[in-house]
Order: sequence, then C-alpha cells, then structure tokens
Amino acid sequence: MSTHNMTVRGALPSEPKAIRIKDLIKRALVYALLVLGAAAFIMPFLWMLSSSLKPGYEVFSYPIDWIPKNIRWKNYVEIWQKIDFLTYYKNTIWLTLVVTFNSLVTSSLAAYAFAKIPFPERNTMFLVYIMTMAVPFQVIMIPQFILMKNLGLSDSLWALVVLQSFSPFGVFLLRQFFMTIPDELCECARIDGLSEFGIYSRIILPLAKPALSTLAIFQFKFVWNDFLGPLIYLTSDKNKTIQLGIRKFYTQYGVEYGLIMAASVCALIPVILVYAAFQKYFIQGIATTGLKG
Amino acid sequence: MSTANIAKRKSRSLRQARRLTAYAFLLPNILGFVTLTLIPIVAAFGLSFLDWDFANPAKFVGLRNFMRLARDSGFKISLKNTIYYSAVSVPLTIVFALFLAALLNQRVRGIKFFRTIYFFPEISSIIAVAVVWNMLYHPTMGPINSFLRSIGIDNPPGWTASVKWAMPAVILMSVWKQVGYYTVIFLAGLQGIPEQLYEAATIDGANSWQKFRYITLPMLSPTTFLVSILLVINSFKVFDQIVIMTDGGPGRATNVLVYYIYYQAFLLFRFGYASAIATVLFALVLIVTIVQFRMEKKWVHYTMM
Repeated sequence: MSTHNMTVRGALPSEPKAIRIKDLIKRALVYALLVLGAAAFIMPFLWMLSSSLKPGYEVFSYPIDWIPKNIRWKNYVEIWQKIDFLTYYKNTIWLTLVVTFNSLVTSSLAAYAFAKIPFPERNTMFLVYIMTMAVPFQVIMIPQFILMKNLGLSDSLWALVVLQSFSPFGVFLLRQFFMTIPDELCECARIDGLSEFGIYSRIILPLAKPALSTLAIFQFKFVWNDFLGPLIYLTSDKNKTIQLGIRKFYTQYGVEYGLIMAASVCALIPVILVYAAFQKYFIQGIATTGLKG
Repeated sequence: MSTANIAKRKSRSLRQARRLTAYAFLLPNILGFVTLTLIPIVAAFGLSFLDWDFANPAKFVGLRNFMRLARDSGFKISLKNTIYYSAVSVPLTIVFALFLAALLNQRVRGIKFFRTIYFFPEISSIIAVAVVWNMLYHPTMGPINSFLRSIGIDNPPGWTASVKWAMPAVILMSVWKQVGYYTVIFLAGLQGIPEQLYEAATIDGANSWQKFRYITLPMLSPTTFLVSILLVINSFKVFDQIVIMTDGGPGRATNVLVYYIYYQAFLLFRFGYASAIATVLFALVLIVTIVQFRMEKKWVHYTMM
C-alpha cells in the first residue's frame, strides 16, 4: 500500500501545493507511527540493558534512569561466579553448532533425493514429511522421552542432538530451493561422468548457499533459544543450557535483578550478532516458507 | 536377445540403481525421521490407553484415561485457558501484524532500520524476554505500573500476580514477542499485490480506506489464511513464557494444555494420562485446522495475476 507514491503519481498539475502539504502530513504521520512502534519494541531491551548495569535496588527507580547513575560492571563478572554460567554457555554453543551442522547435512542429502533423483515413491514420501511438520513437538515429546531414556540418553546433551538433527522442516526448505535449480545442470554433469554425490557436493550445494544459510540461521536461533527440550532432558547442572541458566538465576536469586538482567543480555548477544550478520536470510526464509523450524 | 530387450533391461537396472542412490541420500534423515517422528506419533496415541509411571509395569486401561479427563477439573481449566489464550492472542496478532506490515511497506527513508527493530523480539530468547517483562509487570515497583500511577490510575492491574490479569499479561507479552514474525509474512504478501490495481482505483476516485478494504484485504486473504493457520497451531503450544512468568498460576489462572501435559508427564510421571492429554491437544489442532480449511472458500480469494 504505497499510498504516498500514488498521490504523487495521481496528482493533477493544477493543484500541486495542496497535494504536497497532504503528502507531507501523511509522511509525518507514517514516521510518528514508525517511531512509536519502534519504541514499543525496543524499550524492554533498553530497559534490560540499563538494568543489567545497576545494583538490584536501583532497577525499579521511577522515572527510569536509562543511563545508570553508578554503572555497576560487576554484574557481568558475578553472573559467571554465582552459578556455573560458563558451563551453560559452553554447552549451548556446542549443542547449537552440532545440531545446526547435522541438520544441514541430513536435510540437504534428503532434499537432494527429493528434488533431483526421480524414484517411484518420491511424492508419497515427501507428502508424509510435509504432513508431520504440522504435528506439534508437544504431542510426541513423551514417546521420544521414553525412547531416549531406553537408549540411556536422558540427562545428556546427546539426547537433544539426536532429537533435533533430522528436521523435516529443513528437508522441506532445501527441497523447495533445490527444485529451482535447473535439472539440465545435473543431466550435463551426469553425462560428463560425475557421480550423484559429486553433483550434490560440487554443483547443488555451492548453488544453494542462500537456502543453506537460511536453514543454518533458523536452526541456530531455534537451538540457542530452545527451552522445553533442555527442560525435559537436562537435569544435572553440568549439562544445562543458557535458557535453563536464566531460569535458575530467576528462581534462586529472584531479587538480584541486575544480575538476572546481565545474564539475559549475555544470552541474547550471540543470536543478535548472527541476526545482524545474516538478517537478509532470516527475512527471506520467513517470507518464502512462512514456517518455523 | 534382441537389442530392444537389452535396452529395456538396461533402463530397468538404471532405474533400480537410481532408486538405490536416492535411498542412500535419504537414509540418514529417514532413519531419524521414522524413529523420532513417525513412530512417536503412533506411540503417543497408543500410550494414552496405558497406565504407566516407569516404576511399575505398564497396564492397559482402555479408555479410562479419557474418562478421567472428563472429570479432571485441572484439565478442563487448562483447556479453557488455552482457548482463552488462542481466542485473544490470534486476532490481536493478526491485526497488529497487518497494521505494522502496511506501515513498513511505506516508501520512506530509514525503513530498513525500522524493519530491523520490529523483528528484534522475534529472534530473542523467550526466556530472557519473559523475565524482563515479568519485572516490567511487577505490581508494586514495575515501570508499567509506575507509569500508570503517574498518569493518575491509582489502582493499576496486578498483572502476573492477579488471577484476573495474569492471562492478559501473558497474551500482551506474547503478541509483542511474535508479531514481528507475522509482519514479515504480511509484508511479503503486500509486496505481491500489483501496483496497477491501486493506480486504477486512484483514477476511479477511491480513497485510502476503500483501497484497503476492496483491494488490499481481498488480495491479501491467502496470506491472512496462512498466518491464521500458523498462529492457531502455535497458540495451542504456548508454554515457555507461562513457566517463567506465572508457573501456571496464580491459582490455575494460566494453566494451559501443554503446561498440564508437562506437569503430568515430567513432574508426576503419569505418562499414560499425559499422553491422553497430548492426544486431545493433537485432535484439537487437527479439528481447528480442518475447520479453517473448510471455511477457506468463504473468505479467501485466489486470483490469477
């Protein structure tokens, strides 16, 4: 709805002044609304950041001191001392990297078969994949838990690696992208004697970098922020992830608000950095699939 | 042997070889998919007919779990709360997302910066964000109530500490958190509407509201349909923010279905009973989605452009 452009284009030459004023008002209104919206979205984050640098009792002072009177950097030191936040951090990084890598490999291999190798059961199998994407994780989490327990994987990061490395969503996303790569390319390579794996690794994967990046970012964000999975599987302290760490902080040190905020800021930074670097792929991924991992 | 036969056999063996290659590529993913998704879907259904707590051997109890559900006030409340959450958060998110998408679709300078900001809550950890909101909501000291008092509201809501306001507080925070995601989908939909339609309407003398009502809304309806399907499914899965913000309370005011499943399965170890609730959740998601697809014809316009 670019009404602004339309008014300009549809304007009659006899009344340029009135149109210009109307246009100006419209533009001002758009900016006012944009700024209002931006404030609503960003203020809780700014409040979090500023609170993370305050001693606990100053957090709630009103009117809000956006810039703390006595900046307390110590909050960012204490979070690593009070609970084993470093272990949680390391666990989360490890888990995120392993799961993201695994799902890129398994999804791209399967997506290649679904997109580029014709075989009789292809469409039926792909349909089953798509249908299960709509089944909520919460419906199957109990059987999965029982299975993991029988495999001896409860209270282990490996349980989450096993559970999250085979995302049907990833297969769907990559398959859709591989379909847009012309089949002639593969045919030529086949005639030249390249094996299927050669075509996959040397032709398709390099061409699919945007889609692979999209999937990588979705998985990174999902695993890093995941709460229910770790909550069910990771019980001992040495296995916990950051999200569980924040919750622990919150329940154990409920009144040390500055510390809780510092821990939250630390949990957000990696995802925000990844988002800043690859924003394009985030937006494209959502706009084209409309689905979450 | 004739050459035709050889060719036939050759092509058949080629097809077999292709099939084998395909399965080799699929194997790693399918192995995980079958054991971790397909079998659990069937198992979840089967488990709901058992009485099982890990400590004692599983016992087949037929439909007794479901009969117990019908009398379980905790279950009924969690079902009611889930519907409450869904019925309020879904339309709110749609309206806000559509509005923000229209706003972000304006061609003004710095729009990319605003898009980045609007998407911020979406990428953030819901746990971190829920903790912050809980502090913002603090009934006596929180900035939200301090602000409300400063503008003359002497008795501001108790938010997460009040039975009446806990659910609205959770909904408000959830809409704030997720709206950016759906805004992006709407934005893509808006950008797919051909400019000529608006130009033609302008020439015909249509005002902004008429253009929105008679061009944007109908042209966008496939997107709105997709968004509403996704939103409804997601709303039935609400859990993380509940654990952090209210832990299902105060009382049982924010006890939702997934919270109740988690409570029954992983705190009380009633795997059979929890699976029965999970089955109800699945049935609910399925029914609502089917109903939405049935109603699709009535309001979704697919036009060939």
